Amino acid sequence: MSRFRPPPWLVLLLPAIIILTAVVMIPLLLSLYSSFTPYRLTRPETLYKWIGTFNYEKAMKSAHFWAAFGRTILLLTIALNLEMLMGLGLALLVNKVTYGQRALRTVMMFPMMFSPILVGFQFKFIFNDNVGLVNNALQSLGLSNVAIPWLVDGQLAFTAILVAEMWSSTSVFAILILAGLFAVPRDPIEAAKVDGCTPWQSFRHITLPYIMPFIYIALAIRSLDVARAYDIVQIMTNGGPARRTELLWTLIGRTGYVDAKMGYANAMGYISIFLAIFFTIYFFRKLNAARSELGMAG
Amino acid sequence: MAQVHLQKVVKKYGSLQVVHGIDLEIADNEFVVLVGPSGCGKSTTLRMIAGLEAISGGEIKIGERLVNDLPPRHRNISMVFQNYALYPHMTVRENLGFSLKIAKRPQQEIDKAVDEAAQILSLTEYMDRKPGALSGGQRQRVAMGRAIVRHPEVFLFDEPLSNLDAKLRTQMRTEIKKLHQKVKSTIVYVTHDQVEAMTLADRIVIMRDGYIEQVGTPLDVFETPANTFVATFIGSPPMNLLHGRVTGNEIAIDGGPAIGVPEPFTGKVQEGQKVILGFRADNLMPYGHAMPMESGCAEFDMTVNLSEPLGTETLLFGSLAGKEVQAKMLNPRPVADGERLQFRLDLARCHLFDADSQQALR
Ligand SMILES: Nc1ncnc2c1ncn2[C@@H]1O[C@H](COP(=O)(O)OP(=O)(O)O)[C@@H](O)[C@H]1O
Ligand SMILES: [Mg+2]
Repeated sequence: MSRFRPPPWLVLLLPAIIILTAVVMIPLLLSLYSSFTPYRLTRPETLYKWIGTFNYEKAMKSAHFWAAFGRTILLLTIALNLEMLMGLGLALLVNKVTYGQRALRTVMMFPMMFSPILVGFQFKFIFNDNVGLVNNALQSLGLSNVAIPWLVDGQLAFTAILVAEMWSSTSVFAILILAGLFAVPRDPIEAAKVDGCTPWQSFRHITLPYIMPFIYIALAIRSLDVARAYDIVQIMTNGGPARRTELLWTLIGRTGYVDAKMGYANAMGYISIFLAIFFTIYFFRKLNAARSELGMAG
Repeated sequence: MAQVHLQKVVKKYGSLQVVHGIDLEIADNEFVVLVGPSGCGKSTTLRMIAGLEAISGGEIKIGERLVNDLPPRHRNISMVFQNYALYPHMTVRENLGFSLKIAKRPQQEIDKAVDEAAQILSLTEYMDRKPGALSGGQRQRVAMGRAIVRHPEVFLFDEPLSNLDAKLRTQMRTEIKKLHQKVKSTIVYVTHDQVEAMTLADRIVIMRDGYIEQVGTPLDVFETPANTFVATFIGSPPMNLLHGRVTGNEIAIDGGPAIGVPEPFTGKVQEGQKVILGFRADNLMPYGHAMPMESGCAEFDMTVNLSEPLGTETLLFGSLAGKEVQAKMLNPRPVADGERLQFRLDLARCHLFDADSQQALR
């Protein structure tokens, strides 16, 4: 009589394996599979028709897809750079404050506490061409006498989205950079002062190398965030008007759920994921390089 | 070429005053060591000279310039920090050349100065390593190299050797001494180690609790300590101090023998004055194992509680008038614990302090 008895480690890991399979592996495989079918949510039987790489070829040839792709990279580049500079400035200022710094740090995190959906609604109101705060302010100050179509004109809408994005996430940089500033040892800074550095030079040559790893962590986090940007844009412009502010994921979301072309949407999704993966790898490389600069790499 | 001039210098942290108006004149090319127990304000004083701490009162001049409000970069000084404070992201070469690079000197000149410093400090093999890949002693040398490439007017050292092991410390001490002979400039050096102070200094400044207790050459402060604090702080083992009272021509040690007032002090003490008699172990020796004592000596018996043979001499711990007293034995023979010996005290080399003020009687 010998019955199969699974080894104890397998028994112990089994719940985790089952749960991971159910919630991660199956949907992942299913979506990957569906990207090779003409699957439409409204016609379930289409899931069983294999069309090979048709969806991928279609996406590769689609001008809309590439426009959204390019716009996403543009948003990512501009937003990340501006947020990094502003976050750095903010962190440096807060770092100088001695009285009430705790309170300031908390206030600094407020934007992170709002749902992006609400941020979207708020900025949609602020940039509204008739009742919005921006136009009212500009008109009251006499700087403009027309209603500027903030959310209608392509470039202006892009700017409006950028502002909303920055308002909600600059503090990610500020907080992480501030943590970095706290970790900068005092001695090398003092040595630099004695060695003849102006405050700017000691920042540039000593402080900055110390906080670079923190900046790269923030960049990695935020690049993932912006590469999957959806909520704020969806609320403010819904990618429109006429696709002028279409980003990758608003395009994918509309294709999948509004047009019900889930197979095609999934194919675009898989291409887009490479963008996120690329930036993550890129910034982690940079992070490791910055750490080994400081002799911190293990 | 720069003398350093401190006048009534005060440092306060909020309402807490830690340096109480010190005066100090440091001559050009002089090697001055600030020494004192931990927390006495040595580093604070040094950092005020460097410009890393604001001066709360008084004046500091470097050369002829009043530097109170000058930032460190305009003071033409170099500083070596206790924990090296190297730039971790730069190689040894970059660390050494950093100050010259900041000063926008031509690359040729930087290379020359860096190579020269590396030569002096035997760092040539490590030029392309980062500080993380160096030993403590090597880091220390880089820190010193970084200080010398600039040819500053004044070098400031804050306990530069205290993170090194004993052997390396002695070795680096010699290096620093040699360095001073080579690069001729004013040095202010902080340490809590009196041996370091004695061996390095042209002049020693002994500090306690934010005051200067005495300034003098190493021999000065050893031979004629200004007060009981200096007497016990400088010299190893510390000076023996015994309380007593002047009666006639003698000092009656409290609960111990009476000893004739040492000759240099006759006429300088009053009848009944409470005094402290000070003498070093080198001047208290057992009969038959002592140096010849030219002028007067006192003799008394003392029980030896413990002996520490050091080879050429033996350190004896006895108790006199209920206090532990240390003595030395030349041409030593084994001494049993509890043995009672006759001792001779060289009166000419005794010190006398007023018991109330703790100041030396002169
Ligand atoms: N930033 C500071 N704030 C308050 N007190 C300080 C500060 N730095 C030093 N002190 C105090 O000043 C005194 C002298 O310190 P320091 O100069 O570092 O002594 P040391 O002689 O050991 O170098 C100490 O009592 C120390 O506690
Ligand atoms: Mg100190």
